[in-house]
Amino acid sequence: MKLFSKFLMGAAVLGVMASGDASAAGKIVMDGSTTVGPIAKSFAAYFQKTTGTEVTVSESGSGNGAKSIINGTCDIANMSRAMKDKEVAAAKAKGVNPVEHIVALDGLAVVVNPGNRVTALSIAQIRDIYSGKITNWSKVGGPNAQIVKIQRESNSGTQDTFKSLVMGKEYPISKRAESQASNGAVKNRVSTTPAAIGFIGLGFVDSSVKPLLVDGVAPSAETVKNGTYPISRPLFMYTNGQPTGVVKQFIDLNKTSDGMRMISELGFVNK
Amino acid sequence: MTEEVKSDGKRSNAFVVSPQKRKMQKLAKNAGEALLLGIASFVAIIVLFIFYFVAVDAIPYFQLRGFTEFFTSTGWYPAGEPGEFGALAIIYGSAMVTLGSALLAVPMGIAAAVCLSDILPFSVRQYAKPVIEMLAAIPSVAFGFFALVILAPLLQSNGGPLLMWTWWVLAAPFLLLAVIVAADLLSARFAQEENRKKMALLLQSLFGILAVLVLYVVGTKLNAIEIITGTNALNVSIILSFMALPTIVSVAEDALQSVGRELREGSYALGATRAETLLKTVLPAASSGILAAVILGIMRALGETMVVWMASGNSSHIPDPWFNYLEAVRTLTATIAGDMGEADQVTGSARYHVLFAMGLLLLVISFFSNLVSERIVVRQRKILSGQ
Repeated sequence: MKLFSKFLMGAAVLGVMASGDASAAGKIVMDGSTTVGPIAKSFAAYFQKTTGTEVTVSESGSGNGAKSIINGTCDIANMSRAMKDKEVAAAKAKGVNPVEHIVALDGLAVVVNPGNRVTALSIAQIRDIYSGKITNWSKVGGPNAQIVKIQRESNSGTQDTFKSLVMGKEYPISKRAESQASNGAVKNRVSTTPAAIGFIGLGFVDSSVKPLLVDGVAPSAETVKNGTYPISRPLFMYTNGQPTGVVKQFIDLNKTSDGMRMISELGFVNK
Repeated sequence: MTEEVKSDGKRSNAFVVSPQKRKMQKLAKNAGEALLLGIASFVAIIVLFIFYFVAVDAIPYFQLRGFTEFFTSTGWYPAGEPGEFGALAIIYGSAMVTLGSALLAVPMGIAAAVCLSDILPFSVRQYAKPVIEMLAAIPSVAFGFFALVILAPLLQSNGGPLLMWTWWVLAAPFLLLAVIVAADLLSARFAQEENRKKMALLLQSLFGILAVLVLYVVGTKLNAIEIITGTNALNVSIILSFMALPTIVSVAEDALQSVGRELREGSYALGATRAETLLKTVLPAASSGILAAVILGIMRALGETMVVWMASGNSSHIPDPWFNYLEAVRTLTATIAGDMGEADQVTGSARYHVLFAMGLLLLVISFFSNLVSERIVVRQRKILSGQ
């Protein structure tokens, strides 16, 4: 009899593992944007400490986050852009109903090397630089040096946001623009390259790079919140259907005072 | 099976195996052989399967978009609406960094292999070879990190002087050797001993001044170069050459070792010097193995992903002018790695299949290089064995 119950237990464990339903085991799996990553990670650490629920966070880009929730391999997809129509359609086709939750706001800072004397650019100037129309810093009040444009790979939500908020449909980014794989890599390249320009999430700005005034407005929590800073965006967490149980508890963290403190400590803005 | 015959003519049963047992043994032998054959062919089957599955996903791309755009256009906007899938600049970028790393790694690798096998004493070689092979154990992401965080800023801040010093260090010994050899060859035309010595001295100083001039002029030109972006084809070529080195050195050294004492001693016995033995006997005899080493090394560079993704700059355009190694490039491997995440959403689209088309292209290139190297090895073996 004892043996039989052991066997049953084993079968049950195997069944839970095979079903791939991570939340059933009291565990939350998150995947997606490297921009939302820091929020997800500090929420996860906090949540694990207070509730004992295990939370794993992968950072593979917004596109991969959407893919994971569509394929059912995560409970929460972190995305730095809204889901595209195509992705929503793909999800529906698989019986997944993506529900968006805005957890915070983020501004994209346009950054240059601290040694660059340029301090402000207009949206039009940034667009001209990235589309290849302006190639020298002297055209925008800087030193006589060729501009090194740094962008993100095409699977990045930051890249999507930059393209839609700055470039628009009719201005493709120049072929000469270099691509880097993460916010950190862009910051690293800009901080070590005198003639570089790049764009990163507000939370990643530190003293190694210089954020520019865009259309005369400095990127900061206040300007993002009151809508005067032109390159800002909401940050999303997506769930399959309305969240319940621990997943709901986790997502609602952004409305608690502890959650709001964590968000602003990371350099993001509470909505 | 040994069978013992007793003095009375009767067979001893001690060593005779019963027919049943013999059958079993035969069966076991066949089963064992079949198992080994299965394991060996498994590897071959894996290769075929990879080819098959990559091709199955690559062919739809060409059905959707044809061949012209992929091979002739440089417009790479896979995320555009509609997307553009011109891979010419990306193929060119791959070729550029592979060639660059080969130019650096092949002479260095062969020189190091010759040094290890024929010049260093055994006790030193015992330690030197494992140390070189250690390079292969460094993860490629560590190389990439080094390229991005240390080499790229260094190239930007001190690129010109760095290029100048490299030129001096590499070119000075070669030019010195060339001056001596050229002066010797030209002065050898004079029959008289005294004239010959005078002429040699004159030519040596003349060529010497010329060589110093060349060193200086090219050096100052290089010194004046300002490298705008450190994540460029040169950076990647340097790092990839380090990564290809252990393969080249290790395989080429094995080839040189396998030439054997007989050929070397035969050469010395005929009065050849060490240099003549090396250049005219050992290297030709080992050339097929060295070629295999070179191709393996080049394949290592062509297939490397992490380093090029981190340090090549990933900008899909053909540098201007075309040989400008100081501009950022994008390679096939980095494009597959960088675009895969997003492309997966839209399985079945050109954007998804174009990455497999690139993978297939890489597979075909390495397949043909391997085929060519096999051919050369076989032919070389025939020539050496005098057929």
